[in-house]
Amino acid sequence: MAMSPMRSSLGRAIGLGSAKEGVGHWWRQRVSALALVPLTLWFVIAVISMIGADHAAFVAWVKSPMPAVFLILLLVAVFYHTALGLQVVIEDYVHREAMRLAALLLMRLLCILFAVRGILAVLTMALRA
Amino acid sequence: MTQAERPLSPHLQVYRWQLTSVLSILHRATGVALSFGAILLVWWLGAASDGPGPYAVVQHFLGSWLGLLLLFGWSVALFYHLCNGVRHLLWDAGYGLDLRSVYAGGWAVLAATAVLTILAWIAGLSHWSH
Repeated sequence: MAMSPMRSSLGRAIGLGSAKEGVGHWWRQRVSALALVPLTLWFVIAVISMIGADHAAFVAWVKSPMPAVFLILLLVAVFYHTALGLQVVIEDYVHREAMRLAALLLMRLLCILFAVRGILAVLTMALRA
Repeated sequence: MTQAERPLSPHLQVYRWQLTSVLSILHRATGVALSFGAILLVWWLGAASDGPGPYAVVQHFLGSWLGLLLLFGWSVALFYHLCNGVRHLLWDAGYGLDLRSVYAGGWAVLAATAVLTILAWIAGLSHWSH
């Protein structure tokens, strides 16, 4: 093999490269994007159909019960995809090591916080008698 | 640590604007905007789970001029990021990577964004008035 004498055979076989995660981030971003295509289209149609609904009608719709399932899947996919996307933006523009780490951790924390708040809201409506 | 004055690689300002780069920048910009839009979604669901009072507050805000403006911007960003995201997925699958297809796809994304936005708002506003 003439190419890349600087890399060990083991390193080449594992294929994780200098960032130590290989194509992991890239792949997760694509898979979550793929999941979001049908979920987004469903969500847009759902929102339009729920315009003008009063509170009782909205809660009844959420627990009907598939909307609750799709809303939770949407929240998971949205905040997962958001965290992956914002990570790249932060890594591109925040150059100071400490600032970058702080921004990444804060961003992740907020994504998890909002996702859990949203899921809890859906579950509360879906499970309330 | 002292930093050597090395020449930097050219950035955005030295390049002529072109469809490909503008759409690429827009993809990132709409992605960041939608991150904040996602908070609106959680606020809406949270208010609905909290009861009729908080839900009415959100509904009132979304029906106001500021609310409708935000929703309109959000829908444009959503449809653009969705359509251009599909364009990215097609590239990743190995399709449409020649220059002609890249431009044709770019214009198609802009057209689809406009059509989807208009259709959604026609459906939404006609639903609202009933």
